[in-house]
Amino acid sequence: MALRAWAETAALTSAALLVTLVVFGGLVAARGLDPVAVYATLYVGAFGTWFSLEDTLTQAAPLMLTALATAIPARAGLLVIGGEGALVVGGVATVLAGVLLAGAPPAVAIGLMCGAGALAGGLWIAAAGALRHWRGVNETISTLLLNYIAVAVLNWLVSSPIRDFDQVLKAASWPVGEAFMLGDIPGTGIHWGLAFGVAACLVAWGLLRATTFGFAVDILGGNLRAAQMVGLPVGRLVLATCFLGGAAAGLAGALEVAAVHGFASASLVVGYGYAGILAAFLARQHPLGCIAVAVLLGGISASGGLLQRRFGLPDAATLVLQGILFVAVLATHTLHGRLRAGRAA
Amino acid sequence: MTPPPDLGWAGVLVALVGGAIRVSTPYLFVSLGETLTERSGRVNLGLEGTLVLGAMSAYGVAYLSGSPWLGVLVAGLAGALLGLLHASVCNLPRVNDIAVGIALFLLGTGLAFYLGKPFIEPRAPRLPSLALGAWSGSPQVRAALEVNALFLAGAVLAPLLWWALRGTRWGLILRTAGDNADAARALGHSVGLTRVLATMAGGFLAGVGGSFLSLYYPGTWNEGLSSGQGLMAIALVIFARWNPLACFGVSLLFGAATALGPALQSVGITAYYDLLNAAPYGLTLALLIWSSSTRHALVGAPGELTISK
Amino acid sequence: MSRSLVTRRGLLQGGIATAGLALWPASGAGASKPVTVGFVYVGPRNDYGWNQSHWVAAKKIAQLEGVKLIEQENVPETAEAEKVMEGMIRHDGAKVVFATSFGYWPHVLKLARKHPDVLFTHIGALWKDGDPKNAIGYRGYMEEPHYLCGVAAGHATKTGKIGFIGSKPLYFIFNNANGFILGARAVNPAITCHVVITGDWNNPVREAEVTQSLIDQGVDVIVANVDSAKVVIENAERRSIFSCGYHTDVSELAPKGFLTGAEWNWAAGARFVQAWQTGGAYPNLLRGGFRQDMVALSPFGASVPPDVRAKITKLRQGFADDSLKLYRGPLKDNEGNLVLKEGQVVANDDNKFKLAVNFLVEGAIGRTGLKK
Repeated sequence: MALRAWAETAALTSAALLVTLVVFGGLVAARGLDPVAVYATLYVGAFGTWFSLEDTLTQAAPLMLTALATAIPARAGLLVIGGEGALVVGGVATVLAGVLLAGAPPAVAIGLMCGAGALAGGLWIAAAGALRHWRGVNETISTLLLNYIAVAVLNWLVSSPIRDFDQVLKAASWPVGEAFMLGDIPGTGIHWGLAFGVAACLVAWGLLRATTFGFAVDILGGNLRAAQMVGLPVGRLVLATCFLGGAAAGLAGALEVAAVHGFASASLVVGYGYAGILAAFLARQHPLGCIAVAVLLGGISASGGLLQRRFGLPDAATLVLQGILFVAVLATHTLHGRLRAGRAA
Repeated sequence: MTPPPDLGWAGVLVALVGGAIRVSTPYLFVSLGETLTERSGRVNLGLEGTLVLGAMSAYGVAYLSGSPWLGVLVAGLAGALLGLLHASVCNLPRVNDIAVGIALFLLGTGLAFYLGKPFIEPRAPRLPSLALGAWSGSPQVRAALEVNALFLAGAVLAPLLWWALRGTRWGLILRTAGDNADAARALGHSVGLTRVLATMAGGFLAGVGGSFLSLYYPGTWNEGLSSGQGLMAIALVIFARWNPLACFGVSLLFGAATALGPALQSVGITAYYDLLNAAPYGLTLALLIWSSSTRHALVGAPGELTISK
Repeated sequence: MSRSLVTRRGLLQGGIATAGLALWPASGAGASKPVTVGFVYVGPRNDYGWNQSHWVAAKKIAQLEGVKLIEQENVPETAEAEKVMEGMIRHDGAKVVFATSFGYWPHVLKLARKHPDVLFTHIGALWKDGDPKNAIGYRGYMEEPHYLCGVAAGHATKTGKIGFIGSKPLYFIFNNANGFILGARAVNPAITCHVVITGDWNNPVREAEVTQSLIDQGVDVIVANVDSAKVVIENAERRSIFSCGYHTDVSELAPKGFLTGAEWNWAAGARFVQAWQTGGAYPNLLRGGFRQDMVALSPFGASVPPDVRAKITKLRQGFADDSLKLYRGPLKDNEGNLVLKEGQVVANDDNKFKLAVNFLVEGAIGRTGLKK
């Protein structure tokens, strides 16, 4: 993207952010709170201290990956909202791989576990892509339904077939074992998921920007007929973008297992997938933008606790803030390309 | 209390019929609302948020005012407001309606949780019901046919909308806006205004559907109240081919599918309940795969719809 | 000494004082230091259920001298839980953290090692030797009040069919179910109990549907082990059947059909805070039933006749003085296998047995699906 396009995106996003802060400030003021004090606390909770930053980045890590689940297929003109399901499926596959690999050297095993998670998530969304291409099933609806189905399958699996019966108070899967856990990045309280998230966004960016594949995807996303006319393999491109998107969310699931829980359970289903949709749109489906937006959203949710404890704001305040921001940013989409001459971003 | 007769497996059937009636109403209202919106050429994926906000505002207003019907009205108005927001933002050029829907899903749910905290504990007055099963000697049948007025309203509304879309002037304008915006403009109708009104009406109905959840069945307000009924109803519309009459039938089917797991469990079929509980979702997906095709758009699909292109 | 300490401050009637005497000697020579106490809930604290049972304790703790209470709701059992607890410590200076959901335990262990100057309590009673000394696990024997609910149900049922709704297929849920069934069948051995698992901690529509289906099958007393029993109890009341409560006092939800309910008594939490404030001793693992005053019974509903009330009160005393044992031989499971032989008795505090309850007792209709 040209520098002017970057400047435009930055200007419009800032404007949306400003509008959001004003509207949300009004809501907060209606409760008799001082919006300025609330925003100051929000900043402290998100970025104000080293711990806040650790908190923010921890929460941002899965969002970077689930954002890619929407962002990559979006480049090909698809609207996939199945990150939640792909994450769950990826988490389960990671557990299975970890259990199968018991005794293997940890570095190898962890690599294969993450690979299994990504593969499972990728296939999960690729299935929706296949249904789209060969059966005409709308991918938004099918990935939405697949989310619910993935959760049901997870609940069933951890209630009996792959259940760790030694976990007495929780229905959870077999553990992958302490040796196969990634843990925190040394010297920080942030788990390794962050590094994977950033790396995945960088790889996706490179792939979409600097390869023929990326070029072909952009043509497809711009105009399906044009893509067909120049003889692009539309079916394969649809499958590939869906697979990559799903793989990113599957990797998020793998990291939840390998870096946080050590097992799969209903704790995988906490809305990272849905937050990822928001992140992708705020980033205008740009992989590098996903990093920045995930940090912003991570910061909002990290500071949510402080807002609750200091001001008695309900935990859903962060949801409202995100919702307003989402609407505001989408509204600015209408202005994109108007502020500058030349090709629309 | 006299012991009711043992129904056994017949009880499963009664439970399915009763469940269809009890559970279907939110599906019905949301799907009718979404049908109106989609017939005008817009998809509002945010009706889950509308449903939840409707449920909360209905419960809150009913609790504070003592009148459940006032709650229903306010739920509808809250839904219409979200619809207005959706339509206004979507009327801006180059704004994706599906994305705005997802945003309003988030915002509606967020607002409902944000404003709804004080209403989790209190108990609001409930909507009345009609005893359509009074003729029966069986308490199970009587309970199954204990029907809420909103269900009946929905049952009347479905054929009414079907007729209105087919046979009235505004129905024609709505359909034209949805099938071919240029043609509508050529006829001198405002496509934007038509869609605003259709989306607001859709939001109103979805909000009313939410009020059923909180004020009748299951009849409570908490943050887990909806398990995605508003989202499912959108898939339901596609399956019902944008036909209000079919929406009614499919809503009943979804209601019965929701009741299937619990009904089987209560007669001792206790395996695979997690999978059984996913029956409505699996059913929708299967039906969608079965009824879709790449060669043509879905039969009955409005031509302007992003979701069927 | 403990009793006087408590009454002097004019809070926490009955329960905590006697519990304190029975549980551990209060030492705590030092004066009460001001302390910030953080409560982390997995759902909304006013849910008429699990979270509310902790909120009740939190409100009592807030009244302790020098205590400042901070709370956070809807905290998922993910990396976020760890950050929320650590945020309470770093941002708000919390020195005691109450982690009130099972899945917080691994995060509690990690943080307890990192912050030895902070006391962590967790409601799972999972603490074992080698775990940090500044972590506490505590939990009540919920099967005991379920037994008493079962007795009330046994007297109330006309159809001889009762129902138990569970959320997840967990050992302690089935243990509660067994308590409920054993109580009912102690009144009338012909009673059967449908045991249905919804699959979710909170799914109002499904809970209501299960309730309706059970009633259609002739069930006329229901107890629900879900996050909040509100939906089940209100739907039962509308169809004019009886219900028992769970977690906290929900008697007002069903003025006609409410019998009694199984409640947690987390009041021991206040003693942990006091011990931490004064440098006193505390146990790292605390489990108990009526004898240790860690569970409670809800007030009887209007439909429970005086003779039944007297009987249940007497049985509760039986648990309190340990003369009544829940699991006694001969005991069969509902598949006909002998679980306990004639004369075999399981002690009420035999956790090894109770945390491995993978069977349903005779009279139950349903399966645990747990490994045998």
